[in-house]
Amino acid sequence: MAMREPELLEVDVWRSGGDAGGQFRTYAVPREDAQTVLDVVTWIQRKLDPTLAYRFACRVGMCGSCAMTVNGRARWTCRTHVAKVARGNRLQIAPLANLPVVRDLVVDMRAFFDKWAKAGGQFTPTASRRDDFVRVAPDTPARREVDAAIECIGCGVCYASCDIVAWNPAYLGPAALNRAWTLQNDVRDGDHPARLAAVAGDAGCHACHTQAACTERCPKQLSPTTSIAGLKRMTARAALKGEL
Amino acid sequence: MSARSETRLWLAQRASAAVLALCVLVHLATMIVAVKGGLTAAEILGRTRGNPAWAAFYAVFVAAVAIHAPIGLRTIASEWLQWRGRGADAFWLVVGAALFAIGIRAVAAVVL
Repeated sequence: MAMREPELLEVDVWRSGGDAGGQFRTYAVPREDAQTVLDVVTWIQRKLDPTLAYRFACRVGMCGSCAMTVNGRARWTCRTHVAKVARGNRLQIAPLANLPVVRDLVVDMRAFFDKWAKAGGQFTPTASRRDDFVRVAPDTPARREVDAAIECIGCGVCYASCDIVAWNPAYLGPAALNRAWTLQNDVRDGDHPARLAAVAGDAGCHACHTQAACTERCPKQLSPTTSIAGLKRMTARAALKGEL
Repeated sequence: MSARSETRLWLAQRASAAVLALCVLVHLATMIVAVKGGLTAAEILGRTRGNPAWAAFYAVFVAAVAIHAPIGLRTIASEWLQWRGRGADAFWLVVGAALFAIGIRAVAAVVL
């Protein structure tokens, strides 16, 4: 019995180099059941072109390192099935937008994470190791706000999807502001006033137009838009009280 | 501009938007009602001249526009034209002042 010819995917992959900074190169990849976009990229690198640069680590949606632009949308490639995103048998895979490309599908994430630091993304303890554990009741309103926003894996999908980031290079972006919001609601943190000042203004939460592209694209189904709206309310209250 | 000033600008724009929502509704409703009797300068002036309520209403309307419009334009200019900084802020302050002056002059013309 003759073996069935495997169905082929036509995959356009962004490759760096040349005068224009890069171009799409097309690869034919056998289509399989339950195949992810990361599987496709890995297959190309292992079987067709070992010079292809891309980034991944966990393959199970935890580490946040494999985000790319798939058919024009930022996605986590390890949890994106080809069947869900392919148009016919075509896929287009490019690096994330709004970040400088290092090579091929790898972007420089420094600006993204530097903005977490600028937004006061570090926890500032108020207790020492000699103190007892703080007891935080899970059903308090502040803790619920934290729970709703805490599962960010830092993949950069929201940052790449945000028009404000494209328009205003100083804008801290959805992920950094979402992180700041979780800390502003953390009763153990001791840096609330300084962080509030860091996230206010034209580079911070007030630049957000509530278009919610970040929320639509977040692979963890978080809502940075809600977190940013919370920061707007928090900063407005502080400004009215003269505390900002 | 400091984070505090930018937060205040944001608050001023939201507050002026709330005032404008009400003012625009009243303004449009009045126009529609007024047109029913035939829209003439004499009829408009007959309604507004010497009327302190209309004077106050349109003065508030003008103030809200003078606050709201330049803050919004400042944001658009910063995002689309990359025009930011002290020079830009000074320009938008002048635009706000000019809008207020022109508007108040028009209010005075129909009320006094």
